Amino acid sequence: MEENKINTPAQPVIDSKIPEGPVAEKWTNYKAHQKLVNPANKRRLDIIVVGTGLAGASAAATLGEMGFNVLNFCIQDSPRRAHSIAAQGGINAAKNYQNDGDSVYRLFYDTVKGGDYRAREANVYRLAEVSNNIIDQCVAQGVPFAREYGGLLANRSFGGAQVSRTFYAKGQTGQQLLLGAYSSLNRQIQMGKVKSYNRYEMHDIVMIDGRARGIIAKNLVTGKLERFAAHAVVIATGGYGNTYFLSTNAMACNCSAAMAAYRQGAYFANPAYVQIHPTCIPRHGDKQSKLTLMSESLRNDGRIWVPKDIEDAKKLQAGEIKGSDIPEENRDYYLERRYPAFGNLVPRDVASRAAKERCDKGYGVNNTGQAVFLDFSEAINRLGIDVVRQRYGNLFDMYEEITDVNPGELANEINGEKYYNPMMIYPAIHYTMGGIWVDYELQTSVKGLFAIGECNFSDHGANRLGASALMQGLADGYFVLPYTIQNYLSDQITVPHFTTDTPEFDEAEKRVQANLDHLMSIKGNRSVDSIHKELGNIMWDYVGMGRTKQSLETALEKIKELRKEFETNLFVPGDQDGMNIELDKAFRLRDFITMGELIAYDALNREESCGGHFREEHQTEEGEAKRDDENFFYVSCWKYNGDDEKAPTLIKEPLHYEAIKVQTRNYKN
Amino acid sequence: MWLTNSSVGRKVVMSVTGLFLILFLTFHALMNLVGIINLKWYDAVCEFLGANWYAVLGTLILAAGFALHIIFAFWLTWQNRKARGNDAYSVTKRPKTVEWASQNMLVLGLIVLCFLVLHLFQFWAKMQVPELMGKTVLAGSHYLGAVFSHIWVVPVYLIGFCAIWFHITHGFWSAFQTLGTTNDKWIERFKCIGWWWATIVMLMFAAEVIYFAWYFDAFKF
Amino acid sequence: MDNAINIKLRIWRQAGPKEKGGFVTYELQDIPTDTSFLETLDILNEQLVEKGEEPIAFDHDCREGICGMCSLYINGHPHGPATGATTCQLYMRRFHDGETITVEPWRSAAFPVIKDLMVDRNAFDKIQQAGGYVSFATGGAQDANAIPISKVAADEAMDSASCIGCGACVAACKNGSAMLFVSAKVSQFALLPQGKVEAKRRVKAMLAKMDELGFGNCTNTGACAAECPKNIKLSNIARLNREFIGAKCSD
Repeated sequence: MEENKINTPAQPVIDSKIPEGPVAEKWTNYKAHQKLVNPANKRRLDIIVVGTGLAGASAAATLGEMGFNVLNFCIQDSPRRAHSIAAQGGINAAKNYQNDGDSVYRLFYDTVKGGDYRAREANVYRLAEVSNNIIDQCVAQGVPFAREYGGLLANRSFGGAQVSRTFYAKGQTGQQLLLGAYSSLNRQIQMGKVKSYNRYEMHDIVMIDGRARGIIAKNLVTGKLERFAAHAVVIATGGYGNTYFLSTNAMACNCSAAMAAYRQGAYFANPAYVQIHPTCIPRHGDKQSKLTLMSESLRNDGRIWVPKDIEDAKKLQAGEIKGSDIPEENRDYYLERRYPAFGNLVPRDVASRAAKERCDKGYGVNNTGQAVFLDFSEAINRLGIDVVRQRYGNLFDMYEEITDVNPGELANEINGEKYYNPMMIYPAIHYTMGGIWVDYELQTSVKGLFAIGECNFSDHGANRLGASALMQGLADGYFVLPYTIQNYLSDQITVPHFTTDTPEFDEAEKRVQANLDHLMSIKGNRSVDSIHKELGNIMWDYVGMGRTKQSLETALEKIKELRKEFETNLFVPGDQDGMNIELDKAFRLRDFITMGELIAYDALNREESCGGHFREEHQTEEGEAKRDDENFFYVSCWKYNGDDEKAPTLIKEPLHYEAIKVQTRNYKN
Repeated sequence: MWLTNSSVGRKVVMSVTGLFLILFLTFHALMNLVGIINLKWYDAVCEFLGANWYAVLGTLILAAGFALHIIFAFWLTWQNRKARGNDAYSVTKRPKTVEWASQNMLVLGLIVLCFLVLHLFQFWAKMQVPELMGKTVLAGSHYLGAVFSHIWVVPVYLIGFCAIWFHITHGFWSAFQTLGTTNDKWIERFKCIGWWWATIVMLMFAAEVIYFAWYFDAFKF
Repeated sequence: MDNAINIKLRIWRQAGPKEKGGFVTYELQDIPTDTSFLETLDILNEQLVEKGEEPIAFDHDCREGICGMCSLYINGHPHGPATGATTCQLYMRRFHDGETITVEPWRSAAFPVIKDLMVDRNAFDKIQQAGGYVSFATGGAQDANAIPISKVAADEAMDSASCIGCGACVAACKNGSAMLFVSAKVSQFALLPQGKVEAKRRVKAMLAKMDELGFGNCTNTGACAAECPKNIKLSNIARLNREFIGAKCSD
């Protein structure tokens, strides 16, 4: 395994540009002393924003409002379709409208703790600080948040917090927030400040004199490569969950923009931190393309279990009996057993791992052996079917549409006890905490290149709490980047608008074209999806919920082989003239392969268990994650070494905690 | 002018003229009832609606209402065809909640138009028109007898009433919807009112036709 | 698989916006009934690629019924025979063994076909750009609880705001009208105090843009609401009419 050895040369200094002062004053201090661009000069500056999710749309809109000229790109047919739209639960803010003792500090603390003490304190505090502005902003935009009869905003509680601080719009909060940002964006498009490019995919970043100065993007309809120049480039292209092929991410979600940044020298931070959501509908076969998330709220009343007796499990797997045939006393409610204090409401990473542990021991309840039950019998017997349907009826219906089983249906009666059809659930890849490394200003290690939203790494540490992703995306886009980018742009005002007619653009376009030509010319025997599925299986089996040194080394080896297969045996039909969806997918798959490797490298290096990263060698006797703060209290930043085949270089950004004492996460008592 | 150059405006014209025509039909049906009660009274009504300035004015307004409704119908349909594009679906199915009438208003309207032409030819062309030209005309019941003594008139008129019934069951609530006077509750209420209104008015007409046909011996062979 | 069916897919293929299109029938064997409709198309595409043919282009993304990207006119219904669901939420158990399923793109002059089953819905963005927003810049907001809004109004605004902009309303309408889409946005803002300030300007601008882009006139057939995957109600159109007539009358 010589070639997989991780390079750790003399450490370059990483400057995260965290402002001076106590954590609560850093952002105020920063804003008071940063450099600004005056209104007349803003007109002279162009900014490219790639992506139109919560972060991208809100940033593009706000930068446009400020007076910059914005070029905004999205891969879908409209900015409104970005995958932020699928977020269900809600958005956190420290408003303390419920008078339950919430504060900016508490939100900050919960987020850092939820992230298993691997996030950057200063960034998280700023996030908590601006969370309140987000709610004000969205209400002013006309986002129809849920309200009480008195006309004021309603809140609900969410995992990992002791207060009610989550604002929501039915089960469609992400949709409403994104449509809010989209409406602001539309206003700027109408005013001519933002130019919107739909069905475009960024293929590379153009560097001039060491600064990001433009992009090469492909018009997905015509198949032509186009050049765009600007004074700064912002990428807001989401996470890399689809590396695993099956995930709850949308089909078009990809990591190619992030990989382009990485190849241009931007560090990639903490790729191993991948969030696995516990309540997804299990896979049903090898023909599946996508996993469906069931709302986490089901865990409020649903109880998770597997059979106590391995024989029962075997019968379930063989399809001889159904879940409702197993009486109460033979059920193992393993979360309630292991975590009496939090029970079925433990954080996502804990719940996911516990499910995997049971299934690995052979207690899985469907034909694949990879599913556990989520049961509403107790809730229905206690509250009545009407109340339960009122709360979860739409989710039951959705589940029935997909699986043909209605969880609200009476299925059996044993000794006078009524048993209802249980749901089957299993964990699936959902969100990626890791991402492009950014400093406090959200600038990557490449000058003039910024990364916002899920695409960057900064705020969630090793695990993200529910209802925090929306908060971070909008915080970055509305309230952080529009300030911090000015600090960079203030000395760029003398740089005139760019022409794309430069050798750098020529060369970048040639590079991209060569890559596409190469993909077309392989003419092997395998479709893009068949290779992607194989990558997904490698990732899930060896770099999934439970990782070991050996599994990760195996993964690296297998991914190398797979890259060879990709490079020599890929088949892309059609040509480059006009739309070619297979070519677009092939382009993305090349980056997923490199991304998969990067995740494995990082997971191999991080010899501890924390948040979404679980190394089986590092667990307590009860099977809980065991952190190693002495050796791994840092952000892993990976530097590209000029070739996808070469192992990247690790650079460490040490973490400094001033306001919070680092402790072991405890959800048992 | 927003009544012609906006889609909602054009629909407002359709709805206002449509409602006006429904009102007219209602009065027409009531007026015919007089003939069932007493033909003498009917003749008096016909004389009252002869070549007087108010009758002529009323006729002109009514004609304008019809004309606008018909012209706009063709205009809207032409625009809608264009908006639909050249390629038609190979398979289409009507959702359960969509009334058949609502998707066939133009066809129904054309049937009604044919019926209208026939009806005008049978009555108006022989009563008000000659009178306006200074000729003497007979009492109204005379023309009633001339028309309804033929058996073929009955089915033709009934078909016309059916078309009008379908046309109004959709047109009634649709007009109120276009004028923005509905909400979740009132859509259903207007649909219900419209159904009863159309049914009652058309039953009145149908009863009148059958009565007159019987009275003028159309059923005797 | 004990629950598997054989089907025929009769699919519209069209190489480009200006090319002539036509139906091609494909046979698929042993499709498990718990496969989603789009996964079935994925399976078909995989088979086409294996044969060296170009896969069928169709729009899809989140596959959770919320992004509004998926379209497809299946057996005479936009988003297929299921009600209140998008194409991506349609499962094969809705179809029977041996069935021929006809799949067409949205058909409307304002939604030209890009390729196969993929259409250009940019017109919807243009309508939103004409006025589907509150004119307000980041940073200027007052406290979120400063204006109480009745729960009834907020809930109704939320129902209207649920529109996913998929275009099924236009596809279902025999007039190619976009009224349900426009009215959903107009209603959301008309119901909330934040949107009322510029309500008149908004409704006129959005409607004018809708007309300009060549959508048809609404004749209240109600097919849009019947086929809407998010159950956007017809009463929104009445509200749009009301707002528009009011705005024009007060000019």
